[in-house]
Amino acid sequence: MRPLSGRTLKTDAAMRWAGNWFNDRNRTLFTLLIIGALVFPAVADVTTGGEGNHLINTAADAGVFVLLALGLNVVVGFAGLLDLGYAAFFAIGAYTYGMFASGQLLASPLHHEFHIPFWVMLFVGVGVAACFGVILGAPTLRLRGDYLAIVTLGFGEIVPLVVQYLGAGSPIGNWTSGVNGIGAIDPPKLPYFLTGPWVGAPIGLVKNFDFTGSVAYPMDFYALMLVLVAICVVLATNLYNSRLGRAWMAVREDEVAAAASGVNTVAVKLLAFAIGASFAGFAGCYYGAKLSLVSADNFHFIVSVTILIMVVLGGMGNIPGVIVGALLIYVTQFFVLTNLPDWTQALANAVGLSGLNQSHGDWVGLRNEVQRLNYLIFGLILVIVMVLRPQGLFPSRIREQELEKGTEEQAVFDLREDET
Amino acid sequence: MVYGIIELINFAHGDVFTLGAFFSLPLIGAFGLVEGQSSGPGVWLILLLIAVIVMALNGGVNVVIERVAYRPLRNAPRLAPLITAVGVSFILEGTMYVWRGASNVHYPDVLPSTRIPLVGGASLGVKDIVVILTAIALVVLLSLFINSTKLGKAMRATAQDREAAQLMGIDINRTISATFFIGAVLAGAGGMIFGLYFNSVRFDLGFEAGLLAFTAAVFGGIGNLQGAALGGLVIGLVQVFSNAYFISALTDVWIFTILILVLVFRPTGLLGMQVPEK
Repeated sequence: MRPLSGRTLKTDAAMRWAGNWFNDRNRTLFTLLIIGALVFPAVADVTTGGEGNHLINTAADAGVFVLLALGLNVVVGFAGLLDLGYAAFFAIGAYTYGMFASGQLLASPLHHEFHIPFWVMLFVGVGVAACFGVILGAPTLRLRGDYLAIVTLGFGEIVPLVVQYLGAGSPIGNWTSGVNGIGAIDPPKLPYFLTGPWVGAPIGLVKNFDFTGSVAYPMDFYALMLVLVAICVVLATNLYNSRLGRAWMAVREDEVAAAASGVNTVAVKLLAFAIGASFAGFAGCYYGAKLSLVSADNFHFIVSVTILIMVVLGGMGNIPGVIVGALLIYVTQFFVLTNLPDWTQALANAVGLSGLNQSHGDWVGLRNEVQRLNYLIFGLILVIVMVLRPQGLFPSRIREQELEKGTEEQAVFDLREDET
Repeated sequence: MVYGIIELINFAHGDVFTLGAFFSLPLIGAFGLVEGQSSGPGVWLILLLIAVIVMALNGGVNVVIERVAYRPLRNAPRLAPLITAVGVSFILEGTMYVWRGASNVHYPDVLPSTRIPLVGGASLGVKDIVVILTAIALVVLLSLFINSTKLGKAMRATAQDREAAQLMGIDINRTISATFFIGAVLAGAGGMIFGLYFNSVRFDLGFEAGLLAFTAAVFGGIGNLQGAALGGLVIGLVQVFSNAYFISALTDVWIFTILILVLVFRPTGLLGMQVPEK
């Protein structure tokens, strides 16, 4: 933007500024997302007649997937490493929090309960997940892309199985409660210097944020989720624009050329892996605190694939695109598709086809038939969206240009440009 | 094998495998094979006939899938077809779910269960022999096909360098379609054998089978036929031994740990060749 000269009218400048701002699709998306996130609780409350807590709760859960998609975006979108076992790091984060913030370790050979505060564990979870990222990455990152994918897939399978196995009756004691998962995990608590005891009446706004059974309970987590997502968005954006971000892109486009230009490819890839893993650890801590229950069933291969779908469908490498992708997939999978059977049933009743809702013979009733179709519908949506927009819904500008000029095999500046 | 040629992790492959089992189910009924019937040469002929029909059906389905879901994305970023593959996998599973429901479907036990005693108290069931022989026959046939027919040569050329192959006058679309057809034919045969052997199939059976198949292919070295067969064998053996002698809950852990170790020390798989980086 040009510096404003004295002659330009202030309103004119403001208009131009606004015009420039919205010229960039990403900024528009960001603005819409921020407004949407701030308005959502009120809208949810009004539209449901004061019963919006359920919706807000769902949104707070969706935030977990936004965090995960942001993290995987660093690995897949920025650095171009295909990670099919991302849920493993998520599991590691969640279990780290679960083990050190509940009564779980009383049963372990340590015979001690740990109740470390959530805010401390956030950093611990990030650190532990990042360590595992390095442990997995260090020996395997020299593999070519697809072999790396299978190794990460293997890791993603190993972690939940091991976690499940380390329950009661394993040779080294009960660390994780096995198939039952860890329950009764501590909710986050605001530190005392914020909540009191103060002189006089505590400030209502702060006092209400206690994350336990109070009235505004889902709202607390919603606010926490927004803060965490905001932190991650800022981190990811800064990483993208940093020297490291450019190195990631260089490695993604052409590893040999990047190495020749002085990029330490192994270190750069390892950092991508560790940073991606740390985002998952972050998400895992929040997830454990939110559900107050972690179980190995929630971290299987299908979760990794779902996160990958979010990233690719939203537009790889583009942060607002990834957020939108995560929200869309989450809403489709956990809201539309889960409620679709009920909706069709209600619709059939409303238009006088209630006969469809009874089951006779092979027909199990409209509701159940639609429920059976869920998989199919989700698959169809995926295929259709990808065929129509192979680069994702909101691809990053740079990638878009690459795609116009050639496939991933060719560099952005290709000999073909001479032909046009 | 499909993987070697188009460099796509085909998540739907396992579901095509299940589809083979599901296709053969009504056919077995239609040809009047009943459980526990004594095995005459007729039974074998009918089974062979069914297998051929199943393979053809399966191949057809896979060619259609390739046409609809993968071909439009051939020049798209690499991860786009991966996601459609997941989508196709969901569609196939959903179809089979609607078709047969969520529970295990009983698969008629038409193979004779007689066992042939071997030396030292071990014995070998007729079923085992059938599985082993079919597997060997298919691998040999496939090897012959890839190495000595014109289409096989075209496939290998496409795998090596698609553009160069195109310049040499190879019809890429036809070759890739054929690859998908053959991949599905093998998967269909596998699915049918699975049904005949284990007598129970489920709509989501293929997902894990597909993962293990892919693991086997990587294990042996991508795009290498003998390697894939060897990888499958190793994984199968690890599975059986772990289930029997080590902690069975950790079977998959052993498989993937071995896989990771192998890849760390031999980055292109057991029999993989060193591919120069482009």
